[in-house]
Amino acid sequence: MSAEKMKGSKILLESLKKEGVTDIFGYPGGKVLHIYDDIYKSDIKHYLVRHEQAAAHAADGYARSTGKVGVCLATSGPGATNLVTGIATANMDSVPMVAFTGQVSSGDIGTDSFQEADIIGITMPVTKHNFLVKDVKDLALTIKKAFYIARTGRPGPVLVDLPVDVTVNKAIFNYPESIIIPSYKPTTKGSSRQIKNAIKMIREAKQPVVLAGGGVISANASEELREFISLTKMPVSSTLLGLGAYPYNDYYSLQMPGMHGTAFSNFAIQEADLLISIGMRFDDRITGKLDTFAPNAKVIHIDIDPAEIGKCIATVLPIVGDAKEVLKEMNAYLKEESIEAKEPWLKIIEKLKLDYPLTYKMDKNAISPQYVLEVLNELTNGDAFYTTEVGTHQMWAAQYLNHTQPRHFISSGGLGTMGFGFPAAMGVQVANPGKTVINIAGDGSFQMNIQELSTVSYYNIPVKNIILNNQWLGMVRQWQELFFEERYSSTNLEGMQPDFVKVAEAYGVLGLRATKPAEVREVLKRALSHNGPVVVDIRVVREENVFPMVPAGGAIDKMIGERGSI
Amino acid sequence: MRHVLSVIVENKSGVLARVAGLFSRRGFNIDSLAVGTTEKPEFSRITLVVTGEDLVIEQITKQLYKLIDTYKVTDLTAAKHIEREMILVKVSINANNRSEVIEIVDIFRGKIIDVSDKNMTVEITGDYEKNEGFLSLLKKFGIIEIVRTGTVAIQRGTGN
Ligand SMILES: Cc1ncc(C[n+]2csc(CCOP(=O)(O)OP(=O)(O)O)c2C)c(N)n1
Repeated sequence: MSAEKMKGSKILLESLKKEGVTDIFGYPGGKVLHIYDDIYKSDIKHYLVRHEQAAAHAADGYARSTGKVGVCLATSGPGATNLVTGIATANMDSVPMVAFTGQVSSGDIGTDSFQEADIIGITMPVTKHNFLVKDVKDLALTIKKAFYIARTGRPGPVLVDLPVDVTVNKAIFNYPESIIIPSYKPTTKGSSRQIKNAIKMIREAKQPVVLAGGGVISANASEELREFISLTKMPVSSTLLGLGAYPYNDYYSLQMPGMHGTAFSNFAIQEADLLISIGMRFDDRITGKLDTFAPNAKVIHIDIDPAEIGKCIATVLPIVGDAKEVLKEMNAYLKEESIEAKEPWLKIIEKLKLDYPLTYKMDKNAISPQYVLEVLNELTNGDAFYTTEVGTHQMWAAQYLNHTQPRHFISSGGLGTMGFGFPAAMGVQVANPGKTVINIAGDGSFQMNIQELSTVSYYNIPVKNIILNNQWLGMVRQWQELFFEERYSSTNLEGMQPDFVKVAEAYGVLGLRATKPAEVREVLKRALSHNGPVVVDIRVVREENVFPMVPAGGAIDKMIGERGSI
Repeated sequence: MRHVLSVIVENKSGVLARVAGLFSRRGFNIDSLAVGTTEKPEFSRITLVVTGEDLVIEQITKQLYKLIDTYKVTDLTAAKHIEREMILVKVSINANNRSEVIEIVDIFRGKIIDVSDKNMTVEITGDYEKNEGFLSLLKKFGIIEIVRTGTVAIQRGTGN
């Protein structure tokens, strides 16, 4: 008996089911009509966004908040190119995602046919890998590979380009149970010899600092990190993508390092004699000028991607492996032979934390953006997912929210994509129904994907957009104030803004506003208790800057603070 | 330092673009690149000549490995290996210097593959230094055109 052949579009949906996909974000068009026809018949839930960029960010938020592979879909040409910013964002932050794009018929490729774009060429530098499927017979195996590559090793986005004939033609559907790609074998287990050496170095260090990055979160190694710190009693600083890996306000927490990190974190790093960096890549926003960074420290670098080791900074001891597995093994050794707390160092840290706390001014009549975040901490009790847009509000969210759980703070770190937060929040909410999902937005960024109000309204995706509205492109304004003698070129949005409350209402979304500090708590309470999407327009102090700040390319212990240099 | 990297990749379309794209995107320079199939039809070998400090070469190697289609990257520089590059060079000649050119070609064991009364085309195979030496001797006659294949290399002995 010969098995019945199946249409490519159906094979795609059956393959997604095999991968456990339940939700996809997308936008239709001519070259994906067959796929949409099968979506219509399928029980996989498709969310129609209003711009393909949002589909990619939503898949990204879905993935970051769950660890599952996010899925998005767009048609050929402009649909595909609209995904690119979202794919690049996911790539920079190592997010597992599979993006499907329609393509002109395989026979027409290369003829500049209608809505043809070389999306394989375009996305080569911004994906972990990509595939052009040329024959429907290869479709199922390619999808299997795409998901496998996206989720294993250092995660990342994979794009699968589907010429329309591949979705129309038929093949026998046979989804492989497992797969081996001989040329792709990520190392997950760290070298035990190196791990033992690392413990020896930790034991001998006098002033160690742990740097935890997004890799700790994507490896689901937050528990192991917490145990590691309790066994070694070392101070730990989390990068933007690592926030939540370790409880933010814990005794050993240094909070965040770098350009807008805490002063005590930066001072501790500069005085450290040992850095143990786990799943972080020494981004320039962390290190400032490289040859002034951590001048006295030896570096132990734990990362699943060998190419990160030695890329920016010389490493004394590299450990290539999955953060969870490496930390587990370390913890096992540490339990056998404990490490004494380095009391003099911890005393120094205690004093640094006392001397250089994060501070901001409070005014009776004007809302400080930081205050809004502190009220949110209270109201949500730490039990909320946060996404952010990009700008000063993002940095305050990083600084002032009380990060207690991994996968709960979701922000575009590597690419710094304005317009990310709102659609990402949609993805987070779809993946976590019943949970509170809050997008901390700037008034500039929010307008970059504001059309998604239509999506959240239609599907009743109850995300809470909190706009810290300063009527500026605030982060750029801050640089202009500090480094361009207050020449505010193209950053003042005063008088150029829509009424966000009315915009929300026009889309059928609840719009709220606060203009005075006394209103903040009530308005936020209302927003959080509303059973549906909300836009809250909070008019904050207009010219508030983010401090501390390390000027670009400077040394991280040369910071500007609220009252001049620190 | 000059390094010769031998890269085994999946033999399929787009792989060369991935490798070339990697070099331009990360700002690595390629001195030469030669690509062809291997004893196994499913693999291609890309031989890259690159110049850089050890740390840069290490980064290049790791980045090449990161490409999903890369099987193996071998830095042949430290191992005993043989390098060859073929050059076709068209040099101008006249009745007076013709025999001198032929003499040089003979010394370098080149092959004359085309001659007219104004120019001569020579094929020469050798390692980088020999070929450079040969070209520098031809310079004074006037080189009209050079075509180079890029270096290919193989490890000596039974090493695999
Ligand atoms: C897509 C994109 N374009 C431009 C930028 C550069 N940029 C970084 S922050 C910023 C201003 C953001 O303004 P807003 O969203 O209002 O936030 P604020 O800084 O005022 O809190 C700009 C323009 C960017 N990060 N992303």
